[in-house]
Amino acid sequence: MDLDFSPQDAAFRAEARAFIAENYPQALRDKQRDEEALSKEDYLSWHKILARKGWSAPSWPTQWGGPGWTPTQKYIWSEEQARADTIAILPFGVNMLAPVIYTFGSEEQKARFLPGIRDGVDWWCQGYSEPGSGSDLASLKTKAERFTGDDGKEYYLVNGQKTWTTLAQFADWGFFLVRTDPNAKPQAGISFLLIDMKSPGVTVRPIITLEGGHEVNDVFLDNVKVPVENRIYHENQGWTCAKALLLHERSGIAGVARSKRGLEKLRQVSRTQLADDAGPLLADPAFKRKVAELEIDLTALEYTELRTLAGESAGKGPGPESSILKIKGTEIQQRLTELALEAAGHYGAPYLRGLPHNIGAIGPDEAHGVAGTYFNTRKTSIFGGSNEIQRNIIAKAVLGL
Amino acid sequence: MDFSFTEEQTMLRDTVASYLADHYDFDKRRAAIKSAAGWRPEVWKAFAEELGILGASFPEEMGGLGGGAIDNMVVMEELGRALVVEPYLPTVVIGGGFLNHARPPGAEELIGKIIAGEAIFAFAYAEPQGRYNLANLVTAARKDGAGHVINGHKAVVVGAPWASHLIVTARTGGGQRDREGVSVFLVDRSAPGVVTRDYPTVDGRRASEVFFENVRVGPEALLGPEGAALPLIEQVVDEAIAATCAEACGVLRKLHENTLEYTKQRKQFGAPIASFQALQHRMVDMFIHVEQAISMTYMAHIKLAEPADERAKALSAAKVQIGRACRFVGQNAIQLHGGMGMTDEMAVGHYFKRATIIEGEFGSVDHHLKRYETLSLDTAT
Repeated sequence: MDLDFSPQDAAFRAEARAFIAENYPQALRDKQRDEEALSKEDYLSWHKILARKGWSAPSWPTQWGGPGWTPTQKYIWSEEQARADTIAILPFGVNMLAPVIYTFGSEEQKARFLPGIRDGVDWWCQGYSEPGSGSDLASLKTKAERFTGDDGKEYYLVNGQKTWTTLAQFADWGFFLVRTDPNAKPQAGISFLLIDMKSPGVTVRPIITLEGGHEVNDVFLDNVKVPVENRIYHENQGWTCAKALLLHERSGIAGVARSKRGLEKLRQVSRTQLADDAGPLLADPAFKRKVAELEIDLTALEYTELRTLAGESAGKGPGPESSILKIKGTEIQQRLTELALEAAGHYGAPYLRGLPHNIGAIGPDEAHGVAGTYFNTRKTSIFGGSNEIQRNIIAKAVLGL
Repeated sequence: MDFSFTEEQTMLRDTVASYLADHYDFDKRRAAIKSAAGWRPEVWKAFAEELGILGASFPEEMGGLGGGAIDNMVVMEELGRALVVEPYLPTVVIGGGFLNHARPPGAEELIGKIIAGEAIFAFAYAEPQGRYNLANLVTAARKDGAGHVINGHKAVVVGAPWASHLIVTARTGGGQRDREGVSVFLVDRSAPGVVTRDYPTVDGRRASEVFFENVRVGPEALLGPEGAALPLIEQVVDEAIAATCAEACGVLRKLHENTLEYTKQRKQFGAPIASFQALQHRMVDMFIHVEQAISMTYMAHIKLAEPADERAKALSAAKVQIGRACRFVGQNAIQLHGGMGMTDEMAVGHYFKRATIIEGEFGSVDHHLKRYETLSLDTAT
């Protein structure tokens, strides 16, 4: 039982920190500071820089461009990114789709798709949820009917609607769960299909979320022709791929390093924010107690994640225990946003999105957008499998109930 | 022991509810808050003329219908149910409250203007450094002949973009956090030196940063005793808290009703999600929060007439209860609506946003727990 960082780890941390400091785009930092919406190019700029270094896919096998890091190095890398407030690399291609491709895909598919994901060339979105299939994902209805084209090649004709598709407005490609056998049991009739978002018949429509942002979409598929070579794994066995992907999605949501950084910022803010009486908010016993409890909660999550990582390096993939990481990780993220909103006091109320830049100061910088972040973060206990579903998974798969 | 409403109060509730059902549905509200002005003066006009409700809580000798805080409670709950943004609280409860308690010269006339829908108020009391401490004031009113000159910066003044009159708390003496030296002034929003920076709020209202740059007011502007107005401010703020609790009851009821309705019709795994026990228990817990919030709102209104310390303790208790309810019911309403709860399109998110802001209005849960502890537990007995 050992948590010591070796001299090599310390050297790696120094290297990581220096790389970020020297290479993180100033333009990106400026936009983050000014709370400007990021463009597609903005999101991909950091990914491309990391890809050139070979650091864009820390968990991939070295055969496909993974850097071959130990769990400790991966942990250090998360910390350093969070510490520097970098934007996160989008998980859809690198963390979610890629393991499905290199586990279940053909050699041709691996060669065709993995480099574009790794290098930040292709933007991927996730076509899973439907209006009638949220928690009950297996009930999905988007159908894919096989036919032979005029060119003699095999295609699927895809029809249906996906929803909650994150950042589909920027996507080049999407990975979709589709129904290829409507007569089988639901899980036994699903296939995993990669669809070019520029295909005729694909329409992306924005969904505005309650804080006013555009990050999710409806994706309508209207007689979309998809070559059969774009199917990963066997027809009607896509649920196997889907489940594997969901496990990766779930354990990626814990966000320990980012929450640690969030806590640090909260302490900074509450040292300058004033309490009702003289003195900083952080000195107010009630607020201080809440911050202490949150820090302790986060420490527990961190060590649970380290145990999971250690298990993974011993050969185990993410298992049902990743549901714990999802539940606690998201509850902690939400709690952080609650405390940040509390700290803002009256200045939590102004809605500044879209106001002219020269309007003048409205409250301290750290209060800007805290309410919007609080509202938007309510999604984390809903997406990736709601926290209620995660509890069902633990009950069934871990506790045998 | 009587928790029933009079015939007049029931009629008042029905009148308001009926009007709002016809003129203030969710889509109409959405369009109104997106408009340049952000509100509908014709709604205010209807309150004044068609419904005649703006005078309900004022005594007859001030031109009102002879009711009181309970009438405001009844109206505010209906306004909460419909997420009304028009400034009933700052105008009738706060503006009217200051005028009715302090009875400065011209009070009857100005209350008459409130009742006629011609005077709209905003309450400029919070300051950037003050958090929820009503006495934490940098805004100063320097004596100048018979009047005063006001300088300062008031934070997040709700409804200021729509107001004709501002109620302004300012120091005429004492140190920044002293209970002594606090005064209240009635200021014309169009007075020279009043500068506003207007913006929307996350819960669909409008507010301003209000700057006072050598704003000159005459002796008639003073409300209550000079340098000794904190008790008056605390009384009116407690009345505003009571009214806000009532508004919260309307919001909470809708959050809960919407959740029941949604979960009954949303099917997953072959059944309405309302049939899942875990969610049923959640909706029961939400229901308990709603009912206790209503109970504490009644308690708060009953205790408004008590001596200051007793009143303050009761109102803090109510605000704590309502604050907790707003968070629990609001968050769980979104959760139980699943992804749909996250959309701007559905009403539930807007109720949640209002509930969230109510949680912090006139003092957070922590602020009121502290006031309660001070009044209830820090004494010798």
